[in-house]
Amino acid sequence: MELHEHLFRREAGRMVATLTRIFGVENLALAEDVVQDAFCRALEVWKFRGVPDNPSAWLMATAKHRALDVLRRERTARTFAPELGRLLESAEPLAPGVEELFAAHVIKDDQLRMMFSCCHPRLPEVAQVALMLHILCGFSIGEIAAAFVSTHAAIEKRLSRAKKVLAESKPLFEITEASDFAARLPALHRTLYLLFNEGYHGASPESAVRVDLCQDAMRLAALLFEHPAAATPATHALAAMMCLHAARLPARLDAAGNLSALADQDRSRWDPALIAEGQRLLELSASGPELNEYHVEAAIAAVHASAPRVQDTNWAQIVSLYDTLMTIRPSPVVALNRAIAIAQHEGPQRGLEEIGEIADRDRLAGYPFYHAALGELELRCGRDEPAREHFRGALALARNAMERRFLEQRIEACAGGKANLHVE
Amino acid sequence: MSEFVFLFRSTDAASRAAMGSPEQMQKSMQTWMTWMQQLADKGHIKDRGNPLERTGKLVTGKQRTVTDGPYAEAKDIVGGYTLIEAKDLAQAVELSLGCPIFEGGGVVEVRPVLKTTM
Repeated sequence: MELHEHLFRREAGRMVATLTRIFGVENLALAEDVVQDAFCRALEVWKFRGVPDNPSAWLMATAKHRALDVLRRERTARTFAPELGRLLESAEPLAPGVEELFAAHVIKDDQLRMMFSCCHPRLPEVAQVALMLHILCGFSIGEIAAAFVSTHAAIEKRLSRAKKVLAESKPLFEITEASDFAARLPALHRTLYLLFNEGYHGASPESAVRVDLCQDAMRLAALLFEHPAAATPATHALAAMMCLHAARLPARLDAAGNLSALADQDRSRWDPALIAEGQRLLELSASGPELNEYHVEAAIAAVHASAPRVQDTNWAQIVSLYDTLMTIRPSPVVALNRAIAIAQHEGPQRGLEEIGEIADRDRLAGYPFYHAALGELELRCGRDEPAREHFRGALALARNAMERRFLEQRIEACAGGKANLHVE
Repeated sequence: MSEFVFLFRSTDAASRAAMGSPEQMQKSMQTWMTWMQQLADKGHIKDRGNPLERTGKLVTGKQRTVTDGPYAEAKDIVGGYTLIEAKDLAQAVELSLGCPIFEGGGVVEVRPVLKTTM
């Protein structure tokens, strides 16, 4: 039996969420210990007896038994979650009550509750994402640091602060409280959006695409839209956007493992099932008066997805969607993407003019694809030398080997012109 | 072919320290499974064997004194065993070299099963 890739860390997220529900949020460290024990047990046993038919159920059952041990041993020494009080005080055996706490739908709700709890209003967005990766996706401090190009010490500090805020938030976020739900949902959307983007345009030094991060974001987003109270138009729009972008992931890297620009992608490799799911979710998202950035981004991705070849793209529609996005959530990156769409629609010179008019253009200076976009448009205008300069600027900012190879190829594409004049 | 027992020894602390994140644990599990599978494919596994609990009792002396296993102080304890088939001790040792236990500071004890000559 083959283990599903990343099974352990995803199970870690499920188990920690459930055990925290049982032990109480102030005993998060205890929950993490129990999960660690369950994995140790799995390692010891599976090495000799092989992977069980249902590894997830095996792990959860092992964690449950460990949890029962802990509850029996520490029922007098610790305060556990209030809902356990009655259970712990009763003379009845613990097991049947605890059994209920491990029912499949309860585990789902536990994860949802933990997701909302990670989006505590007192935490900055970056801390929310880190906390969610750590608790719900089973990422270690080192793995988060690698994904976010940060140091171990910085992430450790951020997480320990965040955990403190979490531990103090008693009672833990309650998904049955409609008002809490509505208030915190936008923050949760934002966090999942950041998580997805980190995988899609990641700054990770190992890889330009972290498919596993995208999948985690989609898995958590699915938990949201499967819950009646969280299945809002915005949730559907966010999930639609993720599906429609993820559909392109198989083509984002070409056969040689190099980054492939949207225009050059082999569209036969786009995932039709994800496109269909994205379109279904996009339709569901259109059920109210609300229009947010996720609707617009999903709509843009849907226009791309419906074009069998790049020249079939309805650029006018894309430009107009970017216009809308600029009114809802303006940012230099959105403005840059809008300029690129204008270049596709009205020619590279128009694109360059639009880039020149981006209000806070200096904020893009550290972003490699800003320089790459300038290079691309200059190249299309036939100005090889400035194009090369821009690509060199982008190359100096590249964050991983894939981005570097991509940009080196673009520099080579500029070789037609005055290459021999350039001496370094 | 002769039979050998691989006794896998490690300290509890060392094996826990080598666990790391869930992702790393899954990787180390997969490394172990791949190693076992390779031995099995070449027909060297007589019996996959069993893991052993790290707790137990020690019964010692003429008095049959029963104590909890003094495992905490033990340098390393047997965490499991596997029954191997190999040409000779040298080959059995060779087969043990790929064991991932060494990455975590563990030990493989290779012991020939005593043959009786009848």
